[in-house]
Amino acid sequence: MNRTFGGPAIFLDRSDINTDEIIPARYLTEVTKDALKPYLLEDLTLEGFDPQGEALKQATVIVTRKNFGCGSSREHAPWSLEVNDIYTVIAEGYARIFRQNMFNCGMLAIELPAADIDRLFALQQEGEVEIVVDLPAQKLTAKAGSAEETFEFPIAPFDKALVEAGGWVEFADARY
Amino acid sequence: MRQTIAEKIFAAHLRDEPFEGTYVLDLDRVLCHEITTPVAIADLEWRGKDRVFNPTKIKAVIDHVTPAKDSKTAIQGKMLRDWAGRHHIPDFFDVGQNGVCHVLFPEKGFIRPGYTVIMGDSHTCTHGAFGAFAAGVGTTDLEVGILKGVCAFRKPHSILVNISGQLQDQVVAKDVILHIIKELGVNGATDRVIEFRGPVVDAMSMDARMTLTNMAIEAGGTCGICWPDQVTVDYLWPFIADEYESKEAALADFSKWHSDPDAEYERVLDIDVTDLEPQVTYDYKPDLVKTARELQGAPIDQVYIGTCTNGRLEDLQQAAEILKGHKLAPGVRGILSPASPKIFREAMEQGILAIFMEAGFCITNPTCGACLGMSNGVLAPGEACAATSNRNFQGRMGQGGMVHLMSPATAAASGIKGVITDPRDI
Repeated sequence: MNRTFGGPAIFLDRSDINTDEIIPARYLTEVTKDALKPYLLEDLTLEGFDPQGEALKQATVIVTRKNFGCGSSREHAPWSLEVNDIYTVIAEGYARIFRQNMFNCGMLAIELPAADIDRLFALQQEGEVEIVVDLPAQKLTAKAGSAEETFEFPIAPFDKALVEAGGWVEFADARY
Repeated sequence: MRQTIAEKIFAAHLRDEPFEGTYVLDLDRVLCHEITTPVAIADLEWRGKDRVFNPTKIKAVIDHVTPAKDSKTAIQGKMLRDWAGRHHIPDFFDVGQNGVCHVLFPEKGFIRPGYTVIMGDSHTCTHGAFGAFAAGVGTTDLEVGILKGVCAFRKPHSILVNISGQLQDQVVAKDVILHIIKELGVNGATDRVIEFRGPVVDAMSMDARMTLTNMAIEAGGTCGICWPDQVTVDYLWPFIADEYESKEAALADFSKWHSDPDAEYERVLDIDVTDLEPQVTYDYKPDLVKTARELQGAPIDQVYIGTCTNGRLEDLQQAAEILKGHKLAPGVRGILSPASPKIFREAMEQGILAIFMEAGFCITNPTCGACLGMSNGVLAPGEACAATSNRNFQGRMGQGGMVHLMSPATAAASGIKGVITDPRDI
């Protein structure tokens, strides 16, 4: 799977953004991923955030706080990101099922310490933030205006292998 | 040695350790419902791999929206029904036999101590009440589970919650777990197994234990787990009588899963419930909990009793005890959804349904429906619901609605008064 990780970031400054906010249950009657596209983050109320706004449309990276994706097991949450070309989330932490769903889909759920997340948020003052991810080196670079910061990120070898394989079905099918 | 119950189950099911700290386990149960399974089925078809690893280890039910409310939900049901048919999955439950998955499957004797269980549903942690390792997963994990019978997990670090003391009248498992979630926080148990122990758990019925384990995920837990004991044996006996010479033999066998005395826990939480009062959530996170008396007077528009948390017979009995001889306050809508056909029938035979009906409740068929705002009791913007369910996220039961989580008795009391009410005040 040839996927580019990185690009323009949107910042969601709240912890515990749950899967009902990412994709409400009323859309779980859809049986294709593409049908979820218009509804991403529809129920998220957050100052300065507009689910129909340009910032979300342009973004291919989400930067947020703790416990992102808590609640339901619905993989519709990462799918609704995927069909909107958002393959990368950077957060201080995730709910287990959401994090696994991201890697299982060959997408990146990057975890950074609170101090690094703070620095990423602070970069917004310099302008639009653009993220470049170097997965083999486990480094990400954030650029805004003339400012630039680089962060190393940990990733479990299994999760990295899933992203490289293109997801868990591919990995498991080749191995079991 | 030095193993927790979860570590023992992992060791007994380990298929592969592809990387250090990643455990691929063989699965005893892959449970399926019509919301998260159809996309897995479609993907398997697209890959030319429309197969199942073992039809008798897969159990399937239509429960979230049933009977179908529109064409889309009818299609979801049909996809699951057709798939179960063509793979000869013997245990598929459709309209007439269906109930809420985490109530129906244990009731059928499908969950046993020491089992590994996954389902594309976050409240799969419920099944840990039987001493099983049971985890909610996404559709891709479910898909691989269906195809290969395996699932990958990280090392199961455990949090031990010791529950002691004497529960007061009208204080039940729901109040205990809401209190524990308040203590742990919504991510306090992320990537952790919560092991519930202590004399209060020992004295609980299986119905009550399932209420406890059901909400482990609301603290981020992978699984909530109880030790299998005599209560577990008695519950399962109709299903295992052929497998064991006696109940004593079954108990001795189940006891092998008990954590070792020197097992390691990342954290130990001691909870004394003696002074615990009925608990109720406020706002939009399940760890935002106060006593019913602190929230006394907050208005409600609807009472909803049911779900995988509190739709079992014992729950209905507790609510009926409060409701008997009372009516819902004017303007309050009451919805009861017994969580399985067996519970529905038993509640009918015991006169419980009559009490609910005389109080003014509508009784629906067994379904998840209203809990996640899909059918049978969705809230309008600005409305509040006294609910026995497990999740109070913004919009959960309908856009703009507020959900207050509480026990069946507290929900019943709140319905009678039209405002949040401590059941001891009825």
